[in-house]
Amino acid sequence: MGFLRQVMVVAVKDLRAELRTKEALNGALAFALVILLLFAFAFDPTGDTTREISGGLLWIVFAFAGTLILNRSFARELPNDCLDALIAAPISGAALFLGKAIANYVLLLAVELVSLPVFGIFYSVRWTQQLPELLLVLLLGTWALTVLGTMTSALTVNIRLREVMLPMLTYPVLVPALMGAMQLTMTLIAGTPINAENVMWLKMLAGFDLIYTAVSLVLVETVLVG
Amino acid sequence: MSAVAVEGVWKFYGDYPALRDVRLEAEAGACLALIGRNGAGKTTLLRLLAGFSRPGRGEVRICGTIPRDPATRRRIGFIGHGISVYDELSAMENLTLFGRLYGLANPRKTAGEWLERTGLERVAGGLVREFSRGMRQRLAVARAFLHSPSVLLLDEPFTALDDRAIAVLQGLLGEALAEGRTIVMSTHQLREALELATHVALLNRGSVAFSGDRTPEMVADPGFLYARYGEG
Repeated sequence: MGFLRQVMVVAVKDLRAELRTKEALNGALAFALVILLLFAFAFDPTGDTTREISGGLLWIVFAFAGTLILNRSFARELPNDCLDALIAAPISGAALFLGKAIANYVLLLAVELVSLPVFGIFYSVRWTQQLPELLLVLLLGTWALTVLGTMTSALTVNIRLREVMLPMLTYPVLVPALMGAMQLTMTLIAGTPINAENVMWLKMLAGFDLIYTAVSLVLVETVLVG
Repeated sequence: MSAVAVEGVWKFYGDYPALRDVRLEAEAGACLALIGRNGAGKTTLLRLLAGFSRPGRGEVRICGTIPRDPATRRRIGFIGHGISVYDELSAMENLTLFGRLYGLANPRKTAGEWLERTGLERVAGGLVREFSRGMRQRLAVARAFLHSPSVLLLDEPFTALDDRAIAVLQGLLGEALAEGRTIVMSTHQLREALELATHVALLNRGSVAFSGDRTPEMVADPGFLYARYGEG
């Protein structure tokens, strides 16, 4: 079986299992919406300052909500020792990792796409002004969170405090990607297109994605088997 | 070439050697029963054979290659302590999933055949989380045999099985041996294991205390090896 087919088999399995229980999806979605709502009460949503920080706020919500999904990624394999069966199967660690990352990516994007309109309403933000560019930033930033979070999920799967360890290990490394995504989101929400001044952040985001995807694909077999 | 070869294997958990210079071999068509008290290293050895971890020193070979080789993994069927099937998926979805991962030509058809062989065809579409313990165990057996492995690694396969699951498993293991497949199983249920075994290895605190052919005395008195070679 080809590499891409293996990836898709794992991704479809993860999505099917998650959609049957909706444990992580419902939790992440509820968390994102509640935090957006609470911040809307905490700040004056009509204030210019609030609108200026709203891009950053949005990504913090995505990052926090995302860990609920990412935590489940490899932890889902623990009941019944399913991880053993996956490791024993004749698929590469890279295919297993990528399949899981794609399933997480789809779930994270689903949470983000539901949260975005809610964010627009609560913060009086016209987030559709630069929609194609905003979607590009969303895709790149979410992949950064996904690839790093999925790798950390693999690293912490056998640790008792994995729910705590995953964000502690993910967020510090994610800082450059989060900064890029926040800067670009703030700019795009303000109605400014991506130009020569801020394209650096976009390049950095794409570079982060490429580097961490490559590193994860190379290291995941060692992480899983030792 | 041996179907299973363990050459001078050491495995450390921190500084503690869980396996110490273990040397074992099993030819194709042999059934090797690994026996020993709790903590003797049986599960650790089986996990090394299955490729779940790597030895600290020494070498493990399955049909002449390392267990992590993808072609070798296709030859291995493993039953561990867990059932290794997903509660959120149906029996058919579980077996089809593993059939796809093992690159079977027609995963759904093969899955259907194995559900029939293990008496689960009527609940093929039912979610595993709704299954009884015995049904889940039979599904685990079907998953391990699905891809016709030539080497079966079984970690205490009879533990907590109901009568029907024991009968299914014993039947399948008997067939496997008749077909020339190799079985390595760890067990505390000596009587069931020694009836099937052609060879026996007794592990004692990570070392091989005894390794050799199964003899009639062992079947007549399953405690014979422990009495002669130590408690482990």
